[in-house]
Amino acid sequence: MATTTHETPAVRASRRLSLGLLLLGLLAPLVPLVIWAVAGEWRYPDLLPASYSTRPVQFLMSPQSRVVEGLTNSAIIAVSVAMIASAIGAAAGRALGLYGFRGKRLVQFLLLSPVIVPPVAATLGIHVAFIRLGLANSLTGVTLVHLIPTIPYVTLVMSSVYANYDRAYEDQARVLGASGWLAFRRVTLPQIFPGLAVAGLFAFIISWSEYLLTLVIGGGRVQTLPLLLFAFLRGNDNAIGAVLSLAFIAPALLLLLVTSKYLSGSSTTAGFGKL
Amino acid sequence: MSTELVLDGLSLTYPGASQPAVADLDIGVTPGSMVALLGPSGCGKTTTMKMIAGLLTPTSGDVRFDGESMVGVRPERRPVAMVFQKSLLFPHMTVRENVGFGLKVRKVPNSEIRMRVEEFLELVRLPGMADRRVGELSGGQEQRISLARALIVSPKILLLDEPLSALDANLRIEMRDLIRSVQEELDLTAVFVTHDQEEAVVLADRIALILDGRLQQYAEAADFYQRPASVRVARFFGTDNLVEGRFVRGCFESALGTFEVEGVAPDGPSVLAVRQEAVGLGPGPNQIDGTVDRTLYVGTHLRVWLRAGGTQLQCTVDPTAGVRTGEPLTVHIPPQHCWALPVEETS
Repeated sequence: MATTTHETPAVRASRRLSLGLLLLGLLAPLVPLVIWAVAGEWRYPDLLPASYSTRPVQFLMSPQSRVVEGLTNSAIIAVSVAMIASAIGAAAGRALGLYGFRGKRLVQFLLLSPVIVPPVAATLGIHVAFIRLGLANSLTGVTLVHLIPTIPYVTLVMSSVYANYDRAYEDQARVLGASGWLAFRRVTLPQIFPGLAVAGLFAFIISWSEYLLTLVIGGGRVQTLPLLLFAFLRGNDNAIGAVLSLAFIAPALLLLLVTSKYLSGSSTTAGFGKL
Repeated sequence: MSTELVLDGLSLTYPGASQPAVADLDIGVTPGSMVALLGPSGCGKTTTMKMIAGLLTPTSGDVRFDGESMVGVRPERRPVAMVFQKSLLFPHMTVRENVGFGLKVRKVPNSEIRMRVEEFLELVRLPGMADRRVGELSGGQEQRISLARALIVSPKILLLDEPLSALDANLRIEMRDLIRSVQEELDLTAVFVTHDQEEAVVLADRIALILDGRLQQYAEAADFYQRPASVRVARFFGTDNLVEGRFVRGCFESALGTFEVEGVAPDGPSVLAVRQEAVGLGPGPNQIDGTVDRTLYVGTHLRVWLRAGGTQLQCTVDPTAGVRTGEPLTVHIPPQHCWALPVEETS
């Protein structure tokens, strides 16, 4: 639970240091990418480019690169997946974390199976089914198929969040006059929210960087950023690859920084402890 | 004004359990009185509370408020409020938001909530605490705010689940007095759960002793000491002298001798319950001559184990009476302190 922490200066200093190292490790690899993105001519063994150019950025904005389209699709899919997976995973996590029931261990195992079984194997079967249902080659189909790897993550995180949650809070709210839904919204949700935010972020990032499932189910019609990135990386143009990579990383990184406050929350670390 | 609470044949068996958690409980609580559900942990008292609150549905039996059945009525629609063993203050809210929670979910206007919160914080003697955060409070403060949060919804029945057990000894007495005075002031029907015999005796008008999910005795506190319903009840309330014997023509015959007993008992095997503090020094009715086996000084009195007729009798005497181990001693038991009980199979 989030209690107020009273840290000694030493603890505070070491916490800041590790945060600094973490950010350095995270951001330093991006420096060459940023330089490539504005480079005109950059040959070995020069430390910096000989000339600079706006060509890569212009390419990024141009319609024939399809980056804007890919960005939009990726955003729509990832946000939808994060929301749907959070809702389903939170409910499933609640069941696993709070209640005992027959076959609980089997359910836990089955939930893990999409993480264990190679996704290609499952996806080919799903593809056949989706073609029949008219879901193949569509945004909806891709969104649905992204739920396969994301729901287990959200469920696992949420089940440990719930395992650390005292259900008596809800009982207390009920006897004070709150309906079941109101007790959840006013009392439980604010307390599990940090965990839910992290789980949702997981789902977003998994969906955002998903390549294989999008390729198979989208059939090349649904263009997302990872598909574009792979296509251009094969094209051997470092400058174009760099701007695309930046466009790919930026939103996820931004989201991560915004929610970093929750990532340091103790309820989430407790969640990781059980994974 | 205040509400009558009746538990009628209340039973609950948890799914998959072979034994019922609560079996056939009949308890009537007169309006405005306070009843203690007393028993060791796991005896079913908290389960009973949750059935009164509506958090659990009984397998059979009925819960009635003023004659009206509450079975099937959801907890938020019952005129009850419950204080749990843990204060369970919502950690993401201030004291004001916590206390006002019950009014907020009833859509009471904010201005009125503000007023009522101050009023109830004063009632639990914590005025001016409204803007504190939950993490800044002491255990005793948390428990009192939890009480204010329950009282603010104007419940007809107040349920308290071990409200004192998480507190230090001195805070416990303070909170106990507060609960009693508030309950009388607001004229509430109250039920509280405890495993502490003393707490039940001091706080409750009547005590319901529950062992293994079954009601053993429902009576005023003094009855548990003077007139226990069974050997088990007598044991639970610390009656140490349980003398086995039999009734012959209205007199109790045992290894300790023949006793005159108040009240009539049918002839046959019986157990005589005698509290150790009822045993008097010196000759008198129901006299026993024996030898002091062992003594234990406990400050206010001296505990004495007296050997007589091949059995042991415990009594408490004045430490200055000069009772010494190994010496002969004569004691007597006034007939009004001899209580005959049916024999039960020992577990």
